[in-house]
Amino acid sequence: MKKKWLVHLLAVLLFGLLVACGGGEESGGDNTGSESSNENGTEETAGNGDGEQKRHAFVFKNTGNPYGEKIMEGFETAIDETGGEAILRSPDQPTVEGQIQIIEELIAQQVDSISVSANDYDGLQPVLTKAMNQGIKVLSADSAVNGDSRTVHINQADPEAIGRTLVQAVAEMMENEGQFAILSATSQASNQNLWIEWMETELESEEYADIELVEVAYGDDLRDKSVSETEALLQSYPDLKAIVAPTTVGIAAASKVITDKELQGEVLVTGLGLPSEMAEYISNGVSPWMYLWNPLDVGYLTGNAANALVEEEITGEVGETFEAGELEGEFEVTESDDGVEILLGDPFKFDPDNIDKWKDIY
Amino acid sequence: MVTRTIENSQPFSWKRLFLQWEWMLVLLIIAIFMMNSSISPYFLNYTSVTDATMTFLDKAFIVFPMVMIMLMREIDISVGSTVALSSVVMATAYNAGLPMILALVLCLVVGALCGFLNGFLLVKYRELSAVIVTLSTMILYRGIAYMILEDQSAGDFPTWFSFFGWGYIGTIPFILILFIALAILFVLIQQKTVFGRQIYAIGSNPTAARFAGVKVDRIKLIVFTLAGVMAAITAIFLTARMGSTRPNVANMYELDVIAMVALGGISTAGGKGRMLGAILAVFVIGYLQYGLGLINIPAQALLVIIGLLLIISVTITNLRVKKRK
Amino acid sequence: MLQQLNLEKVSKFREVGLLGFIIILVLVIQLLNPAFLTIGNLRDLLTNTAILSILALGMMLVLITRGIDLSIGATLALSGMITALTVSSVPGLNPILAILLGIVVGCFCGVMLGLLVSKIGILPIIASLGLMNVFRGLTFWTSGGEWVSAYQMPDSFKNIATSSILGINTLVFIAILTFLFFYYFVNTTITGRQIYAVGSNPDSASVSGINQTKILMLVYTMMGGLSGLAGVLWVSKYASAQGDTASGYELTVIAACILGGVSIAGGVGKVTGVLLGALLLGVLSNGLPLINVSPFWQMGIEGAIIMVAVLFNTNIREFIERNNRLRREI
Repeated sequence: MKKKWLVHLLAVLLFGLLVACGGGEESGGDNTGSESSNENGTEETAGNGDGEQKRHAFVFKNTGNPYGEKIMEGFETAIDETGGEAILRSPDQPTVEGQIQIIEELIAQQVDSISVSANDYDGLQPVLTKAMNQGIKVLSADSAVNGDSRTVHINQADPEAIGRTLVQAVAEMMENEGQFAILSATSQASNQNLWIEWMETELESEEYADIELVEVAYGDDLRDKSVSETEALLQSYPDLKAIVAPTTVGIAAASKVITDKELQGEVLVTGLGLPSEMAEYISNGVSPWMYLWNPLDVGYLTGNAANALVEEEITGEVGETFEAGELEGEFEVTESDDGVEILLGDPFKFDPDNIDKWKDIY
Repeated sequence: MVTRTIENSQPFSWKRLFLQWEWMLVLLIIAIFMMNSSISPYFLNYTSVTDATMTFLDKAFIVFPMVMIMLMREIDISVGSTVALSSVVMATAYNAGLPMILALVLCLVVGALCGFLNGFLLVKYRELSAVIVTLSTMILYRGIAYMILEDQSAGDFPTWFSFFGWGYIGTIPFILILFIALAILFVLIQQKTVFGRQIYAIGSNPTAARFAGVKVDRIKLIVFTLAGVMAAITAIFLTARMGSTRPNVANMYELDVIAMVALGGISTAGGKGRMLGAILAVFVIGYLQYGLGLINIPAQALLVIIGLLLIISVTITNLRVKKRK
Repeated sequence: MLQQLNLEKVSKFREVGLLGFIIILVLVIQLLNPAFLTIGNLRDLLTNTAILSILALGMMLVLITRGIDLSIGATLALSGMITALTVSSVPGLNPILAILLGIVVGCFCGVMLGLLVSKIGILPIIASLGLMNVFRGLTFWTSGGEWVSAYQMPDSFKNIATSSILGINTLVFIAILTFLFFYYFVNTTITGRQIYAVGSNPDSASVSGINQTKILMLVYTMMGGLSGLAGVLWVSKYASAQGDTASGYELTVIAACILGGVSIAGGVGKVTGVLLGALLLGVLSNGLPLINVSPFWQMGIEGAIIMVAVLFNTNIREFIERNNRLRREI
């Protein structure tokens, strides 16, 4: 008898859980939800109805990534300024499959624009094409998709500039002589691979004749693997003078190993990383300086570009310009290797003088 | 109809029918539909409801053989890697000049081989458990996929190939039609054939089944190979949805599949549960996820909700089983 | 009596086989890169393996009772995150208290799982799969998607992982303590023996008056506590707490146990074997980057080696059993 009651109780609880999820969200999303249902919105394509709030979605690589959170924060600020509604989504794992599912859900909601920081260069093409066919504006930001699956790409910094700057930086640190290694994220990360290609191109130049890139290791953006890989680099190449890691987890893990082994000054670390993660190691001298762009600005520019596309201020033709809220100057749509892009600017240099200011911001 | 195919000595009664777990799942699906349409204006229309199936059915093909495997008290955690490997081989072979039709066949063959190897090792070395065998092949298969494609992606498939992931027959997604066809087939195999009953027999008592003349080894080999083939079918649909592939696709698919099977009421402790339950569970999880996705719920909240749903519903099944005892 | 002796011999020999395999592997790596067998590298290897072996010991007990715990990676992340958030807002917190806090959070997670498994009778694989999702979600929730970075943690906390006790790195020291405790616990205490009894035959165990619920609760709580401990050590070692810390790590831990001869079917498993299993994985993750193979081949090689190790062990065991049988017939 008692058991039977427990069964019923749990069954009620289960339904309660479902209804509670539903109910709670219903009151939250009321204004947008009921409004469009009144207009029996299923037949309408995105973007009509003048007074209606525009809805712009941003899909990041995965959840719980502070870099992505900052991009989305910037995106939301921009959308709020234009009076639209920002929808921020990301799958719990950095997978293409998760992003496809989310984009399908966004298409069903008939959002006005989708901006995506892709987990794969090609893998989102079918779903993004579907979105564009339904009149949704598609942008990529931070991590690009191929030219056929987007209108524009918001480029945080020129990959060529990033690659070349990193080599110039490491050459300066090593005084133009010696061995260095690269510690990347996963071997599948298209961003990182592109930067590494440009680094290799820059290294072909005469002035780096005495510099040798000994290995490209992959830490998979996992702390434990990045640490093992760094330790292996130090063991295999006792004369190693520098490590370049164009990824936050990699650069922080490498710096942590150098700190623990008390190799400050003997092996130098540089690359791309979040100031908050790297503050400790820039202050203690393990990394003399490193680079990154402002993820808030990346998101902010993306939000403005998305709005400009939806409001038809720009259409994605080369040469068009638009203003991005509080960001200085005009931004221009330019030709890139594959499709068109909007460039944010040069990467920013973080050194002991400015790191304390930035570490609390992102 | 299907729910009644189970042999029962007692006469049919409505009360018994309603006590079945499958009914609970049907009610859950109804509840989820009601919830979804109340929270989102974009849910309750034909396109949305049918298109949603395209987002979650690809991995659901593995649910069929996984039910059989778990009924036999085994498990296969290498299926995600099998998906990746067969997808990568298919794409590489096509890019190397193999006609697409043959590449599809090759994909199925690779999947079958992966599954066969699992089954073979299990049968050959009886003291090895399925966890250890499939854990090592999980790393191995994905490792081979990495060796083949390294840091590249492969794709550029002919346009008709995208039909698998995105095509419709009439207005119904192709994937849904195939899934339902296979679902009917597997339900019949599981409940109507000798083969299906033997799987239950192995699950409830492997030793007794062996003595009763059930060819345990052969059945295990068949079922694990089948898991490989179904993983390859998943690979075809998944690859078509992405238009290209990489060695890191279908990561952790095995856990999603196991969650669906578990929610379907299949108990790994020996031969309890039905194919139909797992099939319904696919739709429960799929539509729940889709509906909550339509109101843009954060991924972490989704994790918590799916986790709680799994625990609470399994708790209910367990209490019912205890009560009947 | 005779049979018992043989079984003893077999399981001893199994570990010798595993040890032999590790030695062969070490020699091969050493041949390919002489930097492998240096004091510095061995220290790295042990430090990196410490957390894995602590978790593997707990998992051994779970597996012995025919259970499994897939939630440990998420438990580790949750307790690591809560501890990191605490020390970043209370920098003066004694490191010992931080460790205790982590253990308490972990124990709490373990108790939840233990209740579901022992009181309600949900299969461990499903209960822990569900809780894995819940704990992982809670980790993202408590942190609000942010990470806790190195500069936010006090030095006293980061020193947990870098300091040494009696000349041994603290992580390794804690792992050794855990090992000694478990060795004593499973081999000499009554409760320890009861865990094996529950695993090898639950029915006869309950007939002989063993409180199965209590044993299961104990096992899962210990596993949770160890995951909590590992969470603090992890965060202190890498000086960073992320929401996705140790995602998928549970499979590595289970692999270590199974390589070490613990049977998923329950009742079988030795502390020394598990330690060797963890060591094998430690050697692999430390050694593979050292030998000059393409990074794309690493995973395939790892999989092949694990498979060979498993089959090697199995064949040796079958060989011995056949020999024993033959001897008996003579």
